[in-house]
Amino acid sequence: MNFYNEMVDANGGVRAHYQGYDEWLKATPPERIARKRAEADLAFHRVGITFAVYGEEAGKERLIPFDIVPRIIPSAEWTTMQDGLRQRVTALNMFLHDVYHDQEILKAGKIPAEQVLNNAQYRAVMQGVDLPGQIYAHIAGVDIVRAGAGESYVLEDNLRVPSGVSYMLEDRKMMMRLFPELFAKHKVAPVQHYPDMLLEKLRAVAPKGVSDPTVVVLTPGAYNSAYFEHTFLAQQMGVELVEGRDLFVKDEVVYMRTTQGPQRVDVIYRRIDDDFLDPLAFRQDSALGVPGILKAYQAGNVTLSNAIGTGVADDKSIYPYVPEMIRFYLGEEPILNNVPTYMCRKPDDLKYVLAHLPELVVKEVHGAGGYGMLVGPASTKEQIEHFRQLLIAKPEGYIAQPTLALSNCPTFVEEGIAPRHLDLRPFVLSSGKCVNMVPGGLTRVALTKGSLVVNSSQGGGTKDTWVLED
Amino acid sequence: MLSRTADHLFWMSRYIERAENLARLLDVTWQMSLVPQALEAANQNWNAIIALNSLEETYAKKYSTVTADNVLRFMVSDQDNFASIHSCLRLARENAHAVRGTITSEMWETLNSTWLEAREKSFEQIINGGISEFFDWVKMRSSLSRGVTIGTLLQDKAYHFIRLGTLLERADNTARILDVKYHVLRPHGDEGATDFYQWGALLRSVSAFEVYRKVYRDVITPERVTELLILRNDMPRSLHFCINGVVKNLDLIANSHSDETQRQAGLLHAQLHYARVEDILAQGLHEWLTDFMDRIYLIGDGISKDFLVPMAEAA
Repeated sequence: MNFYNEMVDANGGVRAHYQGYDEWLKATPPERIARKRAEADLAFHRVGITFAVYGEEAGKERLIPFDIVPRIIPSAEWTTMQDGLRQRVTALNMFLHDVYHDQEILKAGKIPAEQVLNNAQYRAVMQGVDLPGQIYAHIAGVDIVRAGAGESYVLEDNLRVPSGVSYMLEDRKMMMRLFPELFAKHKVAPVQHYPDMLLEKLRAVAPKGVSDPTVVVLTPGAYNSAYFEHTFLAQQMGVELVEGRDLFVKDEVVYMRTTQGPQRVDVIYRRIDDDFLDPLAFRQDSALGVPGILKAYQAGNVTLSNAIGTGVADDKSIYPYVPEMIRFYLGEEPILNNVPTYMCRKPDDLKYVLAHLPELVVKEVHGAGGYGMLVGPASTKEQIEHFRQLLIAKPEGYIAQPTLALSNCPTFVEEGIAPRHLDLRPFVLSSGKCVNMVPGGLTRVALTKGSLVVNSSQGGGTKDTWVLED
Repeated sequence: MLSRTADHLFWMSRYIERAENLARLLDVTWQMSLVPQALEAANQNWNAIIALNSLEETYAKKYSTVTADNVLRFMVSDQDNFASIHSCLRLARENAHAVRGTITSEMWETLNSTWLEAREKSFEQIINGGISEFFDWVKMRSSLSRGVTIGTLLQDKAYHFIRLGTLLERADNTARILDVKYHVLRPHGDEGATDFYQWGALLRSVSAFEVYRKVYRDVITPERVTELLILRNDMPRSLHFCINGVVKNLDLIANSHSDETQRQAGLLHAQLHYARVEDILAQGLHEWLTDFMDRIYLIGDGISKDFLVPMAEAA
């Protein structure tokens, strides 16, 4: 397979937007770079920028490997990507509002109704509930890859509780600290105002009549894999980081327990999945949530961000229909491509998938974190046969896509600088009035040679992402 | 501020202060054990440390005899002993971790790196490196975290809860150190060199040796040591100084149902303010300190109930 290299073209020449970096790299002694890498590791450890890994010893924390070669995106390319993201996230929010109100898109037959209404992520309790600004996904993390000839594809839309934005910000801070001379040389678009932007969006979607809303971040607690991010965002926004036990509901109003007595809460940036949010409405065994919060939400006394039930739009079985949503709601052609997707629930698709398993990537419809997937070309015969059985037993639980020739970028690894595959997760913020984002996003890189899986839980690392200003 | 956040801050500062005082106590006991003395007296000193923390049972489960090495191992590095320095530093870090968004990044980094370093030190390494060096390190890390707190944290409620935890814990610890050492020293009654070293070491354990010289410019007597550590309100580790701070910080966080706790603290403060060392000694120092520690405990309990335990939903 031919891979697109972000830095070097097919003839071995350095691409225009990487030339400044390349010169710097050639002029910088390897010992200096090695020293800076060690310095970065130490700093990340001391600061405790860590994540917990499920299935490992409780409370054990790991560092996400940080790579010091930036991923650079030229300004024009970013502008197109940004337009595409705005368009896509706007359509997704319109779709969510439609699903939970008049269901025009289903009536028009653009998406099979049973696919939406029988979806495990569809929340009937949200039917007819009106949300401020009609926004469901205030924060969306859209995964984009560059493939083959260099065009971009959206791999998935994360509309529930997308993480990683803290690494985007910490990576930038680290790069600026380690290599200030690089920033003097390049005009790198800033990203540090993300927390301000987020707070502004959260305040904008407060319940009607609340002029100075109290915003909080709701975390499952210190053992959650993204706990660092939760504390980071709460601190950067200057709001309380709360756990379920800090909140209670009385007369359909949410309060937090403070040293001065109960204090009303208006907007909750929750980092807990729907299922665990309210033991009275969803999973009864959940100790993470707040009893009665759904009722307060339905009454319009509190805003949850993201809304309950957004999962119905980021499900992998709905993904193939996003271009159709863009045409239906906006009357526009999609700017960003979808990856061609086979839906195993369709007999013809299933037949094709079963016949071509070694070439395809198979994903669980509800899978996340790089778990429960088959990368055909990188798998053994046994793994392929195992998935064949899974597909035959439960076809509706899977989709399949051609294995993309993910682009790669020079990365510091054991053997020196070598190309590794990567993706990009921009964070798109919506409040109703406008949709915006900071330039770039989080670049994730697969550190294992040849691997196409970039998730941190699968040993992936991160890189600073530079959008160059003209 | 969230009750849970206040709780973590209060205990974070208590655990740091506890680690520091424990280092002070162990250090003074270690120093005293180097002065020629009867074996019985030496053992009594080490025994007192176990008794001071009410750890007799836990200790007996692991060690059959009371020796300097065993007690030090138990109180410095034992992970099963929740009162060891190792455990205190871990618990301080865990509490900080739970509220790392509330404290400044400098505070978090200080506590986190203290714990990361402590975790790397085995008891053998500590002994080989010189145990007094280790105790100095603990004291310095505690001073550093206190300094970083004062130097970087907004003086809002978070700060007051941290100060409250520090001062309440220190009052309790100073009282304990005084109680246990006074107990050991008193019966001898001879005014020889040993006594001088013992009282001197006690003063050093609470960083009060130079202070004593400055204030009294005279020989060290048990009465003056008692006065200095209980009644001087300008001596940062004295009971009067600590309770003074407790009262001030309580006023700053007061809520609609904390009157009784404030009253208790105010009463204790007034008594320290107007007390005379002769009266305390006449009553019996041990009895007086026992009463003091009981009241400290009640104030801590009151703070817990008034502010830290998530409040009843009806309000």
